[in-house]
Amino acid sequence: MLTIKKYVKAASLDEAYELNQKRTNRVIGGMLWLKMSSGTVQTAIDLSGLGLDTIEETDEEFSIGAMVPLRDLELHAGLNAYTHGAMRESLRHIVGVQFRNLATVGGSLYGRFGFSDVLTCFLGLDAVVELHHGGMVPIKEFAAQKPDRDILVRIHVKKTPLRCAYLSQRNTKTDFPVLACMVSEWDGTLRVSIGARPQKASLIELPKDLMPENASLEEIASYVQEHTVTGSNMRASAAYRSRLAYVLTKRACQQIGGMDK
Amino acid sequence: MMIKLNLNGKSVSADVAEDSLLIDFLREHGCYSVKRGCETSNCGLCTVFLDGKPVLSCSLLTVRADGKTVHTLEGLQKEAEEFGAFIARQGAEQCGFCNPGMIMNAIAMFRENPDPTDEEILEYLAGNLCRCSGYEGQLRGIRAFLDYKKSKGETAICNM
Ligand SMILES: Cc1cc2nc3c(=O)[nH]c(=O)nc-3n(C[C@H](O)[C@H](O)[C@H](O)COP(=O)(O)OP(=O)(O)OC[C@H]3O[C@@H](n4cnc5c(N)ncnc54)[C@H](O)[C@@H]3O)c2cc1C
Ligand code: FES
Ligand code: FES
Repeated sequence: MLTIKKYVKAASLDEAYELNQKRTNRVIGGMLWLKMSSGTVQTAIDLSGLGLDTIEETDEEFSIGAMVPLRDLELHAGLNAYTHGAMRESLRHIVGVQFRNLATVGGSLYGRFGFSDVLTCFLGLDAVVELHHGGMVPIKEFAAQKPDRDILVRIHVKKTPLRCAYLSQRNTKTDFPVLACMVSEWDGTLRVSIGARPQKASLIELPKDLMPENASLEEIASYVQEHTVTGSNMRASAAYRSRLAYVLTKRACQQIGGMDK
Repeated sequence: MMIKLNLNGKSVSADVAEDSLLIDFLREHGCYSVKRGCETSNCGLCTVFLDGKPVLSCSLLTVRADGKTVHTLEGLQKEAEEFGAFIARQGAEQCGFCNPGMIMNAIAMFRENPDPTDEEILEYLAGNLCRCSGYEGQLRGIRAFLDYKKSKGETAICNM
């Protein structure tokens, strides 16, 4: 059980950052993951009074506050139009609507969870994470960093024209994914983000000659399979995941531009 | 910590512990429909509405409900009874343990999407686990309720 001694609704990001420097204090997002841990949090730092629960859309980008619930991302018309439905597809299998009304995008990315659909999806977009202390960090760099004591403020997704599709495989509905796959193409490069390997998502940028226009789907899928390190856990073996990396990449390339619906 | 919220239409002020979970607060305030199933945020049994949106009360700090409106099944009796009868008529339940969470989330769905397809129903209710039935009875009950409402020229939206 998680014990919380003190609760502070931060009045500013500076206050939240200051409080977060103490090891026994914790920022709380949706608290769904934190709640699964046991131990004592000296001060729970709540960011919900800082106006970080909105998605702002301009001609250039989407700016998504760290406290935006996953359900709001899933239902956002602009994000879904831009990602051809991949945003919704990456989120709609996560537990249930009631869960996604609480879980936040900030908590999901900050945790850099191996199983994360959210990280897999954002890695496949032209996204930059805004940290209060660390400033703007490309999502690929952010994903590789170890969690520190900074505050994730917003995620910026540039409206770079792209084609993309998201697919995941689960042993049973609402369970963690056994493998997650986001295929995206912008600026003439095909990128494949593979999550739940079960290690955290990694991004593969394919050589220019491997594009759906000039290579076969099998060639592209084989390249991704060869460059994806998979592991075994209670949900699936490394060999099964490796095979899935091939299959999901192939199917996502077939769909590229949107879900097949 | 002092909080004030609106619970099922009534204003409630209380001094709560920092780590009190909403489910416990609600049960302490007589809302026994709100139950613990898994406590790992998986089963949906503890579903309540926070400012009209379905959330898991087992995973929410009570202090986060400060200044907000909370509804439990106790506050939605009329809609719940009418809809619940359709579920019962289909023999959808065995032990009935999942029922309060299922009804709450179905009502949330009717408000968001008054005319859902079967696929939309299954997707919306995926976070409500039932360990006895195979969900078919619940699906039939929801369909029958929606068809009944349609035949009367009414929508399934529940006002709060
Ligand atoms: C039962 C269960 C099933 C799940 N299934 C899936 C799944 O299938 N796919 C999937 O992608 N995800 C899944 N998740 C993960 C979930 O979607 C969220 O990613 C997770 O709960 C974290 O989000 P949160 O808002 O609850 O964060 P919290 O639990 O509040 O926080 C998580 C961590 O991030 C820190 N943190 C939170 N916000 C910030 C911030 N703004 N700045 C800095 N640090 C911050 C916290 O201190 C904590 O260390 C599951 C989680 C659970 C509990
Ligand atoms: S008790 Fe809350 S989700 Fe199961
Ligand atoms: S009827 Fe027993 S859990 Fe659903």
